[in-house]
Amino acid sequence: MNRDSNFYTFLFVGIMIVGIASILAFTSQTLKPMQDENVKNEKMQNILSTVGINVSRDEAEVSYKRFITQELALKMDGSVNEKINPFSDLNLAKELKKDYEDQHFPLYVAEIDSEKYYIIELRGTGLWDAIWGYISLKSDFNTVNGVSFDHKGETAGLGAEITKEWFKESFKDEKIFNNEGRLVGITVLKGNNDPNNNDKGDHEVDAISGSTITGDGVTDMIYERINNYLPYLTIINEKVSMR
Amino acid sequence: MKKENIKKPSFLFIGRNSAEGIFSKKNKKLLSDPLDDNNPITVQVLGICSALAITVQLKPAVVMTASVIFVMACSNVIISILRNLIPNRIRIIVFLVVISSLVALVDQFLKAYAYDVSKELSIFIGLIVTNCIVMGRLEAFALGNGVWKSFLDGIGNAIGYGVILILVAFFRELLGSGNLWGMQVVPDFLYESWYVNNGLMLLSPMALITVGVIIWIQRSFNKKLIEKG
Repeated sequence: MNRDSNFYTFLFVGIMIVGIASILAFTSQTLKPMQDENVKNEKMQNILSTVGINVSRDEAEVSYKRFITQELALKMDGSVNEKINPFSDLNLAKELKKDYEDQHFPLYVAEIDSEKYYIIELRGTGLWDAIWGYISLKSDFNTVNGVSFDHKGETAGLGAEITKEWFKESFKDEKIFNNEGRLVGITVLKGNNDPNNNDKGDHEVDAISGSTITGDGVTDMIYERINNYLPYLTIINEKVSMR
Repeated sequence: MKKENIKKPSFLFIGRNSAEGIFSKKNKKLLSDPLDDNNPITVQVLGICSALAITVQLKPAVVMTASVIFVMACSNVIISILRNLIPNRIRIIVFLVVISSLVALVDQFLKAYAYDVSKELSIFIGLIVTNCIVMGRLEAFALGNGVWKSFLDGIGNAIGYGVILILVAFFRELLGSGNLWGMQVVPDFLYESWYVNNGLMLLSPMALITVGVIIWIQRSFNKKLIEKG
């Protein structure tokens, strides 16, 4: 056959595309369960790390089942939607794009040595792309127990430093409510005159030099996401005070 | 059918030229040439972008090398098998399709079996597609040579690329963060007395300078590379 004819070219391309597409589709389908498993275990690892449990990815599921006692999907009014599994069904990025009243937010409750911790999922925007993470609050729903952050494309060495241990460490024991009981969150602040972050009552942590916008993203993400949980908190508090 | 047209069947075209052995001198040269005399990075200066990007640590550099070896060997073999079938006008498109599918396969396997590494390499695995070495070898070699030779050429060039990558990564990780393969090798007492890691080594410019130093050393040993002037 004439290899320079248009017919031959189209025939060749056609066969090539069908062949390669089926190989790729087959591989992707076969490997998908394992890839999903990795992603799921990593999520469990991240959730557990906020309450100080650092496990390898293989052990994540066992530890997760042991320490996480409740998984709640909260509606905007603070009530629990039983039909939704927050771990597998909720994608916070998609939730935030929905209409206000259709949004659901995941809340994980961990119990370690009979202490309760509330773990809230975070999601916001850094300098280049999405940033996300988890924040765990002690049973007073005010004191931060631990955080974990991750990002899609922040600058390595600058914004990407938010995933580093020393930065996450500085959030520990900070309070998210001020003395009047109003939510203030935690501000990532340039030059807060407290580089070692010894003052735990100022609602501030020291920023990373050169990553102001990523830091602001962290500030906003913590405030905005926790804000979504206030209705639920009010309900819980009422229950407590009624007792 | 005329009798002259029937060729002796030979497995994967190996040994069609029966006078030549599988590891003849010529074939060995295909493997050894890209390591020194015709190194893709230090002599041809191809594939520099990835050499800068993923040489901060040894581990990603090794994984990248393994991936490039796989992609180059396979794509060279596939193109060499198809070399008499590929329509000339769209050959570059065919190269791209073959390379990018192979890269997609590598990416999928890493995500399933080496999740941490795949997270670390993230977009750079995808960028193998744009690695000039792969495309260059397909156009310059695989399109005109037999399967076995193309296979050797692919392996040889990928190793030539990988050796430099690993060498650069070795120095950058050692001097930049005092680690090798993620483990601390510079002893603590050195840090306590006077030693400090050179943070500059972790930034991209130092990769370029390290490659430059390697080229300098290579040229002072290999007289063939010195231009007459």
